[in-house]
Amino acid sequence: MTGNVGIVIVSHSFDVAKGTADMVRQMVGEDVRVAFCGGGAEGGLGTDVSRILQAINAVWTPKGVAIMVDLGGAETNSEMAVELMPADRRGAIVICNAPIVEGAVMAAAEAAGGGSLERVRAACEELSAV
Amino acid sequence: MELERAMLSAMIHRSAEKIETESEALCALDLAIGDGDHGANMKRGWDAVRAKATEIAALPTGEALSAIGRTLVMTVGGASGPLYGSFFLAAGATLERGCRLPEDLVEVVAAGVDAVGARGRSKAGEKTMLDVLVPVLGVLRAEAGRPGLIGAARDAARRSAELTAPMLARKGRAAYLGSRSVGHVDPGAKSSCLIVEAICDSLEIRP
Repeated sequence: MTGNVGIVIVSHSFDVAKGTADMVRQMVGEDVRVAFCGGGAEGGLGTDVSRILQAINAVWTPKGVAIMVDLGGAETNSEMAVELMPADRRGAIVICNAPIVEGAVMAAAEAAGGGSLERVRAACEELSAV
Repeated sequence: MELERAMLSAMIHRSAEKIETESEALCALDLAIGDGDHGANMKRGWDAVRAKATEIAALPTGEALSAIGRTLVMTVGGASGPLYGSFFLAAGATLERGCRLPEDLVEVVAAGVDAVGARGRSKAGEKTMLDVLVPVLGVLRAEAGRPGLIGAARDAARRSAELTAPMLARKGRAAYLGSRSVGHVDPGAKSSCLIVEAICDSLEIRP
């Protein structure tokens, strides 16, 4: 399983993040590592760089990590988290431009099949192309 | 070097004090056009920086600014954490690359302001922190080396923060409000003004 691209789900809401991860589990199974985080540093709605870093590290593999985000702050904080990762790992982490629930399922399905980071990203970003 | 350590320490304490004093006012501004937590978030961040003030002020200035940036990133949350964090991380990086204060002040601040713009994919005129930071940078450029530079920077920060009131928000959650964002000072512009004031105060310390 560690041979497959890891998926990180970052929402402003813990419930949305957890629910998205649940849907990925049910639809894609256990062949892909998924971490999620949601909520601010002191609870409530928000996103938190240190939790995003933990999530990235939890699913890290040299094959790469794809991050799925919801609203703007999730993207800004995810970019910041990627920059705080060690330089040799940054290049293998992408933030995907896709709707969070559908994107996470598409990305995880591609990852579970052994797809490369670029293929995983392309699979979920097709959803935003139209 | 002693003076630089004292300035760093003063900057941290002055920033934390100003944010603490204005925390509720910042929350009120944010409640009008955002989600109402900007003051609480900034207070949490600067409290965390202040808790490490002694240790941070002992570092070489570039590393100290980077440490402030990392602490803000990890504790402020929201979008402001990465934005303020990026400012201090980028400013610190210029010093670690060989810039010197005070002679390279413009370059150091410019790197910070550019980083905020890049992180927020924003520019001046969109009712954000940049509507204070960009005019202040302009004053630093125009008045470089002249007496009264610090006072002019402080005045520019105060004036520019007020000038965000009539602007239409184009970035962040306030942008969803459209024309209803008009008439309120931007909370990020206001907190940027407080930090600029704190930095100006610390630069006026004399041995």
